[in-house]
Amino acid sequence: MTELEAGRTRTLVPVRGDAGLQRYRDVLIALVAFAVLASLPLFTGSKALLDLVIRCSAYGLFATSLNLLVGYTGLTSFGHGMFFGLGAYSFGLIMQKLGVPIPVAFVATLAITAVVAAIIGAICVRLKEIYFAFVTLAFQMLIHSTILSWASFTGGDQGLRGGIARPRFLGIDLSNHVHLYIASCALLILGLLAMRQIAQSPFGYTLRMIRDNAARASFLGIDVWRAKLTVFVLAALFASMGGMVMALFVSGAYPEFAYWTISGEGIFINMLGGVSTFLGPMVGTVLLLLLNDTVTRFTEYHGIVLGVVILFFALGLRKGLLDFVAEWFAHRRDAGEGR
Amino acid sequence: MLEIRNLAKSFGGVKATNDVTLDFPDGSLTAVIGPNGAGKSTFFNLITGALKPDSGQVLLDGVDLAGRSPPEIVRHGIGRAFQVASIFKSLTVQETMLAAVSADQRSSAVLHRRFPLPETRDRAEHVMELLGLAGKRNRTAATLSHGDQKLLDIALALVLEPKVLLLDEPTAGMGPEERWRMIDKVRELWETQKITVVFIEHDMDIVFKIAPKIVVLCYGRILAIGTPDEIRNDSAVIEAYLGTEHAGAAA
Repeated sequence: MTELEAGRTRTLVPVRGDAGLQRYRDVLIALVAFAVLASLPLFTGSKALLDLVIRCSAYGLFATSLNLLVGYTGLTSFGHGMFFGLGAYSFGLIMQKLGVPIPVAFVATLAITAVVAAIIGAICVRLKEIYFAFVTLAFQMLIHSTILSWASFTGGDQGLRGGIARPRFLGIDLSNHVHLYIASCALLILGLLAMRQIAQSPFGYTLRMIRDNAARASFLGIDVWRAKLTVFVLAALFASMGGMVMALFVSGAYPEFAYWTISGEGIFINMLGGVSTFLGPMVGTVLLLLLNDTVTRFTEYHGIVLGVVILFFALGLRKGLLDFVAEWFAHRRDAGEGR
Repeated sequence: MLEIRNLAKSFGGVKATNDVTLDFPDGSLTAVIGPNGAGKSTFFNLITGALKPDSGQVLLDGVDLAGRSPPEIVRHGIGRAFQVASIFKSLTVQETMLAAVSADQRSSAVLHRRFPLPETRDRAEHVMELLGLAGKRNRTAATLSHGDQKLLDIALALVLEPKVLLLDEPTAGMGPEERWRMIDKVRELWETQKITVVFIEHDMDIVFKIAPKIVVLCYGRILAIGTPDEIRNDSAVIEAYLGTEHAGAAA
């Protein structure tokens, strides 16, 4: 109740901008980002660079959706990768077995993911912290074993071989590398924009309340279980989208896509980039893939290098890269205005 | 009107709330006192749904709420604040208020619009002014002083526009001066908002000064109900509670 204290901080923290304007700003940023990414093939013929961006799209969608659970809701899932794998396999199988147009397979895969995530989520989100983490991991292992053992349907440890047919639709030919690149960028930007909207909606603030103090949220009339289940399913949809981009990219699906290490990489990316900002996981994705690509070129012990890097972030900075940058800017602004 | 009928709850063999029957008329201000372990917080937890009663009724305007979930009970109009300020540490004061109004207006699951919704502003603003938090609207809750956190907790309950407000030790952990300021605030809220207020308090000076009606709990039972004067002179209360306190023994 110290008025003096209050008066001082009021000048330090700017009043947050109008909600409607923020939305336009986000759309504008998305358009600019898409324009930059889409024009990249005009300036470079490097297939490796475009491939990197496609992989960043797949992993970025996956990692950002994991942040909806970890960073925004406080649900640390160790099995989020199952939806990445589920997306890749559902999409691949639908294309191979049914030969429907790509958009139909896309929507059908999202529908399948929603149903599976709703069932798994209904069981998991009642559990607290470590139990939630481990039961999600258990479901991941279940899905992975199912893929391995149901060889007649999934190809077992060989994965979905023989390629995924990519018929033209609406003038888009995904077997063309540049078309696939542009489509991946578009999916990434649209996915990020949708997740940003979720994070900044009233529901997004409900998630923050649950993260901070779920008991209090329920005393405000919020059905915590339903909110957690909703975000669990929503996050699964975007992870599944990432899996589909991956399946399109490699023209197949492999058991590794559904292995627990994918979930581990998701957590790893979130630790690298930071969970306190929306774009943290995206930054983490680019960092991890770049690190992976460069380190594997020089040494076969890339696991050690990656381990050292994550230790540096976890123990040294105690936060992700973008968390660190955001805090640094906040400090600078405070110092500047305090003078 | 909030009517408690034969409310009971046991933990193992301990009867934390033992056949409690009480009426809280609309617009009343009641203090609940009692030695530690008397079942005061349990009593609040039973009314608000944090605990399910073994038996008995919690009637708000004739509707039995006993055993329902906290969200349901809140929606029927029973709000509460906590002994240890229960707030959202990473949200600012203003975001906290806006999000709470969203929850009350059933827009907490809205996905297609941006936070905050314009229709939540007036109510959030009103309650921030009421509790003197408007000047600290952009402060993150975790950085507020202890007293302000308690106020924010009460603001969270109040912004839902409850019929009954339950305050579990609004002055817990405060210095003597801060206590009086807080309790004056509670009294002012009770007078201006015309709601039913029930509060738990340990400081006898405060209780006797501001509460028109006092309920004394002991071992889960009602020991006495009455005006401050009646309670002060009640032999059972003196023996079980006030007497030991004056003798300096830890309750």
